[in-house]
Amino acid sequence: MMSLRSLKHVLRGATAVALSFYSGMAFADSAPGAEADTRPELIKRGEYLFRAADCAACHVAPKGGSLTGGRPFVLPFGTIFAVNITPDKQTGIGNYTDSEWLKMLREGVGRGGKHLYPVMPYTAYTLLSDADALAIKAYLFSVKPENVPAPQNKLYFPFNQRWSMIFWNWLNNPNKRFQPDPAQSEQWNRGAYLTEALGHCSQCHTPRTITYGLSSKAYAGAVQVGWRAYNLTSDKQHGLGGWTDEQLTSYLSTGKASGKGAASGPMAEAVEHGLRYMTQADIAAMVTYLRSLPPIAEGPVAQVMSPQADHALSDVARRGQGLFAQACAGCHLSDGRGRQSEWAALAGAHSVSDPAADNLVQVLRSGTALETGQGRVFMPGFSKAYTEEELAAIASYVLAHFGNTQTDIKPSAFKN
Amino acid sequence: MRFDLKVNNVLREVDVPPDMPVLWVLRDILGLTGTKYGCGVAQCGACTVHLDGQPVRACLLTVAAAAGHDILTIEAIEHTETGAKVQQAWLDEEVIQCGYCQSGQIMAATALLQQIPQPTDADIDEAMAGNICRCGTYVRIRKAIHKAASHEA
Amino acid sequence: MKRKNLPTSRRALLGAALSGGGGFLLSAFLPGLPLLKASQAQDTATGVVFMPNAFIRITPLGAVTLIMRYAEMGQGIYTGISMLLAEELGVKLDQVSVEAAPADPAYVDSVAGEEETGGSSSTRDSWIPLREAGAAARMMLVAAAAQIWGVAESACQARDGRVFHPGSERSLSYGELAEAATHQPVPAKVSLKPASDFTLIGTSPRRLDTKAKTNGSAQFGIDAQIPGMKIGRIMACPVKGGHLTGYNRAAALAVPGVVDVVTLPDAIAVIGEHMWAAMKGMEAAFPQWDYGPNATTSTDDIIARMKKASEQSGVVAVKNGNAQEALKQAHERIDAVYELPFLAHAPLEPINTTLHIRPDGADVWVGTQVPGRARQEVADATGLRPENIAVHNHLIGGGFGRRLDSNSIGQAARFAKQVSYPVKLIWTREEDMTQDQFRPYYYDRISAGLTKDGAISGWHHRTTGSSVTARWYPEGMQKGLDPDAVEGAAQTPYGMPDQLVEFVRDEPDAVTTLWWRGVGPTHNVFVVESMIDELAHQSGQDPLALRKKLAAHQPRALKVLNEVEKQSGWGKALPPGHGMGIALHYSFQTWSATVLEVAVEKNGSIRLVQVHSAVDCGPIVFPDGIVAQIQGGLIFGLTMALYNEITLKDGRVEQTNFHNYRMMRLNEAPDIQVHLVPDPEAEIGGIGEVGTVAAAPALANALFAATGKRLRRIPFAKQLGGEKA
Ligand code: FES
Ligand code: FES
Repeated sequence: MMSLRSLKHVLRGATAVALSFYSGMAFADSAPGAEADTRPELIKRGEYLFRAADCAACHVAPKGGSLTGGRPFVLPFGTIFAVNITPDKQTGIGNYTDSEWLKMLREGVGRGGKHLYPVMPYTAYTLLSDADALAIKAYLFSVKPENVPAPQNKLYFPFNQRWSMIFWNWLNNPNKRFQPDPAQSEQWNRGAYLTEALGHCSQCHTPRTITYGLSSKAYAGAVQVGWRAYNLTSDKQHGLGGWTDEQLTSYLSTGKASGKGAASGPMAEAVEHGLRYMTQADIAAMVTYLRSLPPIAEGPVAQVMSPQADHALSDVARRGQGLFAQACAGCHLSDGRGRQSEWAALAGAHSVSDPAADNLVQVLRSGTALETGQGRVFMPGFSKAYTEEELAAIASYVLAHFGNTQTDIKPSAFKN
Repeated sequence: MRFDLKVNNVLREVDVPPDMPVLWVLRDILGLTGTKYGCGVAQCGACTVHLDGQPVRACLLTVAAAAGHDILTIEAIEHTETGAKVQQAWLDEEVIQCGYCQSGQIMAATALLQQIPQPTDADIDEAMAGNICRCGTYVRIRKAIHKAASHEA
Repeated sequence: MKRKNLPTSRRALLGAALSGGGGFLLSAFLPGLPLLKASQAQDTATGVVFMPNAFIRITPLGAVTLIMRYAEMGQGIYTGISMLLAEELGVKLDQVSVEAAPADPAYVDSVAGEEETGGSSSTRDSWIPLREAGAAARMMLVAAAAQIWGVAESACQARDGRVFHPGSERSLSYGELAEAATHQPVPAKVSLKPASDFTLIGTSPRRLDTKAKTNGSAQFGIDAQIPGMKIGRIMACPVKGGHLTGYNRAAALAVPGVVDVVTLPDAIAVIGEHMWAAMKGMEAAFPQWDYGPNATTSTDDIIARMKKASEQSGVVAVKNGNAQEALKQAHERIDAVYELPFLAHAPLEPINTTLHIRPDGADVWVGTQVPGRARQEVADATGLRPENIAVHNHLIGGGFGRRLDSNSIGQAARFAKQVSYPVKLIWTREEDMTQDQFRPYYYDRISAGLTKDGAISGWHHRTTGSSVTARWYPEGMQKGLDPDAVEGAAQTPYGMPDQLVEFVRDEPDAVTTLWWRGVGPTHNVFVVESMIDELAHQSGQDPLALRKKLAAHQPRALKVLNEVEKQSGWGKALPPGHGMGIALHYSFQTWSATVLEVAVEKNGSIRLVQVHSAVDCGPIVFPDGIVAQIQGGLIFGLTMALYNEITLKDGRVEQTNFHNYRMMRLNEAPDIQVHLVPDPEAEIGGIGEVGTVAAAPALANALFAATGKRLRRIPFAKQLGGEKA
């Protein structure tokens, strides 16, 4: 069922958006400080693409509101902060010319030759067409400029040397535009462009190499910033092979699918800021593309289990059972069907049959939130009131009860 | 937006935002203040109502999700056989102190007994652990549920 | 906070009790019957009403209404007070209805010195006067009947709402007598029934307030519905001392259902047709703050300063003998630091006030423990005269001290006077939690010694913390000593020939403090009773036996100790991991001894197995009410002892709702057996806070028995984590 809110956006998208994706149109560069392109259709299309590219997920200020950046990304080599992407001339992107913009977005080289750190998914955006990249710029130049400097990045040597990124780029960034595959349908190609160039899904769902580039095991799943991005390949057990088209469509556009649980953490943000604004046609195209990913049997198995009888519970899980009844069952229901909302359903979610419990741990510890057509759904973090042992017990119970996964999660998983 | 809500067997039309929780529709639009606000985040159970016989937290149940379903609140629970027994057991055992949590407690206990007429202590733990009573009436809640169950036969 | 014209008895009384060395001087402060003024017959829409005093109204139709000067917060006071009145008035409980008193000096509680429900004083302060009020009314009704029949008053009897003349088998109902009774003089002297004649007092009738609480019809403050009323959500600056710098007015007003945005220097309210509009409107308003001077304060800063302050000596509360010298001579000696956290009250009903403020007067619908203060707050906020402000008191969804604060009512009034319509202003749970006035943090240094044969040899207790009295009731301060801060420490049940108790006042800037269930004793009894336990274990004595030895001069202490020893099976063999702990205390004129059994798993999880509590509160009015209060009070205190602390980071309170300020749940609650061992001759004691006082020390001592780990800092649960232990 489509919510009204997304329906509104679908309609807006359908009437106003005509994607010129992967067209190699030439452009005339703008001068620094030149009047921004303010054609309303262009700005509207830029907004749609901005959402499809999920820029807001990173660049919205942590306290909400504007696109002034400041969100920290704690990575193995230090902490990087998202920058201000409002058109402020001092602290934002107000001085970018069109060609500088394209260079930044696609090669990771900012104004004045500063290399961007690869948290910015320019290795995906490099696939964008000129027209789409510039539409995004036009949209960003239409928002209110705000003077908010980004905090200083904190990185360890040698990563605090921006020039080291040159080598990284050389290793990892092919700097190529998207090329449609004539052997595939138009829908597939469109899905590929949306998934690869705009959605940059592979940035999270593909394992990283030693130089933090993407490995060749495309979409086999990976752990990023503590959250597991699941295997999206068509493998039946580990990936999306067991999902129906309806489930996939619903998950992408609303963040939940019946029998498959709900998106949380970074995926919830991707849905909230990007995917839920996309047209049904575009979502369908992405589904077509994702379906074609060759299966890779890797990562936790996703199994749909009916809730297990409790006699097999370990002592730890049994302790978790009582705690679940206190703090969790109010929303999730003891059979995991969810109660207040479909987003609270646990049964069938990939996270409840992942013995490493990465996402369970994250969500119990820090909570998650998702803006939906039916309002904001959220779960608060529970680490302030419950001990590490208790949180581990809850996680163990959830795995055993809803995922038939018998494993005692270690309290240390909840250490900060 | 307009929604048709079936509350305590009466059809009520309300014109509210779709994401408005049923809690506030009941209290502020329909004037049914027996359902209480305690936390707004499904942690306390004070707002418990029945949705098609299932206990739900009205503070997070949107009106859009509830439309078309049967909503039963504390104001009408006495018209169910189990609910009346629970209310009586609550009085007989003198469960109540400030009473603010008790609408939710009674709704949760009634749902439990409707599903499991003779609950064990473990069943009671599971069904009632989500309802906070700040006055600490838990000992008597357990007793009252057993008492109501003994009348169920 | 300015306070005018408050009678000075509340804390002065406490002081008297503390320095009086034994008997509490309550009776000296009882005002007799100053309130007993026969009102003139008053014509109302329903005709003549018999109002012999401020507490009783009887109409010719026979309706008996008892006016409740105390707020019903779940403690059962409506029932207890009605029993006192009805016993002497001669009516059955099911013949009366009760009504909350308005703000009026006629309803001052003489222990508190104002119209207040708190300090477990309600029954204590009503025991004599309200029975006298009932008796006086009965005498006037009897006199009226005797006059009508032309018989002697002594030949008449009153019961069940009628006056009988057995000689002639005639009777008249109170309703029929109402008008004639208004012409009777108020008796100059009343005599009360002997306890042996009680038919109500000492029984457990059904509570008067509960039926409405089973079917949703009970009206709490938050349920007020006034025609034309709007509903607002308040947000104050998250850091104390900061102020509002801006907000998005247009965005807030654009939210469907939002009707107004009003501001104060340090807070903002979004008003809507319903609470949801107000909540969404607040999100859209996105208020901006200057956090002010406390913007970087954390709890650690507050504690560090307190710790430093605790190194200096303080105001002396008690000095007997020479504690320092005795400690030097001691055979065994323990020096310890105990710490108690800031605590939120977290009653289940969040703060709310409904007001209609007009140029010529105001109505206020609220549940408050202090209606007089509430009225004064609204007067101060609006410039209206107090007599033009009507406070309609409501049922309270849990008080615990929270609704002794009337500042929230003043805040609401400053918002409400900016609009013309009635408005209900609600604090969200998050607002209630973070903007609470917290129970103070206490940093207690204590040294105690034992002689070779196990008597106390030196006791030095120095408590450091905020003074609630100094802010809330400055008249109660005694030359810099806050009697509340040392209540339960200055006087202990034990013989302490060499005792020094001091108070160091250290006020945290970033936090406002307030009374919390059990007040001083909840703090000090934890320290004292833990310390006695430490001494027992250090000297190889049984903790219960040591208490009996040290309190041998207190027969009522021995009585509750013996009772709880017997009932709990103290000393019996326990399964591995189990332990029993005991706490003894005398607070609010009530003696209690509590034994708690706990089980600690290898992973550190704590299970509360069983509690036995023996209670002697003097004469008993409402036995089941006492049991309920002890049970609930223990759960309240155990919740705190296991889980609760309020912490600050960057000046903000970190706990926001029940997911991070944890409440005990039904599946953790132990069985609690309460054993009443009354003393009909003693002065009547309070009961609402007694259970809470016993909880933390009984639990700490049980945890020591189970694990050998002495926990000197509340809360306990996170200190026993398996991996860390
Ligand atoms: S108000 Fe809904 S669960 Fe607390
Ligand atoms: S009776 Fe007061 S919260 Fe339960």
